[in-house]
Amino acid sequence: MYSRRAFLAASAALGLTLSAAPQSFAQEKLPVVASFSILGDFVKQVGGDRVSVTTLVGPDGDAHVYTPTPADAKAMAAAKLVVVNGLHFEGWLPRLVKSSGTKAVLSEATKGITPLEAEDDHDDKGKGGHAHAHGHDDPHAWQSIANARIYIANIRDALSAADPAGQASYAANATAYLAELNTLEGEVKAAVARIPAERRKAITTHDAFGYFVKAYGIEFLAPQGVSTEAEASARDVGRIIRQVKAQKIPAVFLENVTNPRLVEQIARESGAKIGGQLFSDALSAASGPAGTYIRMMKHNISEIEKALAAGPA
Amino acid sequence: MLYDLFIGPFAEFDFMRRALVGVAALAVSGAPIGVFLMLRRMSLTGDAMAHAILPGAALGYLVAGFSLPAMTIGGLAAGFAVALAAGAVARATVLKEDASLAAFYLISLALGVTIVSLRGSAIDLLHVLFGNVLALDDQVLLLLAGVATVSLLTLAALYRPLVLECVDPGFLRSVSRSGGVVHLSFLALVVLNLVAGFHALGTLLAVGMMMLPAAAARFWTADITRLLLLAAGFGMASGYAGLVVSYAAGSSLPAGPSIILAAGVIYLGSLLLGSQGGLARRLLPRAHLQR
Repeated sequence: MYSRRAFLAASAALGLTLSAAPQSFAQEKLPVVASFSILGDFVKQVGGDRVSVTTLVGPDGDAHVYTPTPADAKAMAAAKLVVVNGLHFEGWLPRLVKSSGTKAVLSEATKGITPLEAEDDHDDKGKGGHAHAHGHDDPHAWQSIANARIYIANIRDALSAADPAGQASYAANATAYLAELNTLEGEVKAAVARIPAERRKAITTHDAFGYFVKAYGIEFLAPQGVSTEAEASARDVGRIIRQVKAQKIPAVFLENVTNPRLVEQIARESGAKIGGQLFSDALSAASGPAGTYIRMMKHNISEIEKALAAGPA
Repeated sequence: MLYDLFIGPFAEFDFMRRALVGVAALAVSGAPIGVFLMLRRMSLTGDAMAHAILPGAALGYLVAGFSLPAMTIGGLAAGFAVALAAGAVARATVLKEDASLAAFYLISLALGVTIVSLRGSAIDLLHVLFGNVLALDDQVLLLLAGVATVSLLTLAALYRPLVLECVDPGFLRSVSRSGGVVHLSFLALVVLNLVAGFHALGTLLAVGMMMLPAAAARFWTADITRLLLLAAGFGMASGYAGLVVSYAAGSSLPAGPSIILAAGVIYLGSLLLGSQGGLARRLLPRAHLQR
């Protein structure tokens, strides 16, 4: 029994060090965990210097399918506030919350947003394959700036509740950021207006732009469905190629989180041109073209305008 | 109606033709290799090697981005390293080949996952690394065709010693010292075909394209020439059937898995009806005085 006793003692000691670790770097800053890079940026904008943000799924990461690490669980356990997107975007998160034993308040940034139904367009489209991860609401709500304002308001309220002393500062930051978002929305709408109405359509790798489409009136088709988890069927790809040819859709776009080959094949076969890379579910690294939410939206709209605005060459 | 179902999609769409050509190339070289794996009782080796390749390909992706040569070379290097190390350990120590292979492929897999995580990016590698059979570009098609050519030529050159090693390895050892070389070249072919296969179908499905047609063919004949031909035929048939089904069934059936499912249906059919030890022949009494 000696070895078993040693094992028990060792595991108890391990447990102690693990649980002691978070306390050692708990500072005066409010520790907040955000589930993915875009939310992380929002929290930083509103929280300013008063919070320290840990982002679980980093730049260029795909939050649909992510395997948390022990470091994530540690950050989670130390956090006072956890901000998630909700709408079943982070299917892996509830288990992490439980296993980390965190006492943090869980806040859904999409609270109060009217979710779009994930598109069940066209004939016999059966989306049962990934319903477990997504339900039927399209989670990519941040693609509309109007929704981003709701995100900011939710985050402001959540931060104020977790740290009442900083309420004034959070409110001021949020107001300043909301003003920036208003300017951004104006720019996006102006850019869309410059694109001829009949050319406002394009192809992307997965249906991440539902809210963008609804808010700004550019039509996006995707072979992959709402989640990056599902694989395209031959019928879907064929349907899209036909549609591109029939409607003379000018361009296809690549995304930073998915395999580019399928979209390249569609472009080759249908004669559409390949536009730049769009950022849908994750920001780029800070030095990249889409380091913050505002820069991401600016980058996307300028790529879209570049590819769609030019008349037939 | 029949035309729309069986020929129309291929006539209309370039991607369907490319998929068909790619799958055919994969079947022509993969299925015969599957036959030899099966005859040598190494059916699960393919699966193990597929896991061993994965980290090499992932590493290639991380170093050079989405580039076919880098991912191919990475996969080949990882596969060869595991095969060689397993073979060397099996020859030099008390551990048998299956155990050492299991040990090395698990190490390789864990190492790969660690390296990918160290890099910090959490792009789902399954989606980035693995080809989609509907998106074969010229580069991948050339790779598939090249691998098929090399495999068939090598199989032709090694045919005699390979068959001998299947039926009587002791005899081969007594008349020739080529056993080790043949074994290693054969493992190299396995790795090569798996690497080609993962660009088209993904590693696990590539193994299916190798083993299922071979196993199905065994229910129809014991003659090795016929086995090889039949397995390649089954592979091509399941490739075609899978693509047709994926096209006809609408959006719920992705193409890669439906190809392997078609191969699975052929296997189950052969299991039931096959003339060599199929279940129906075993369970139903034969006609009087007939063998």
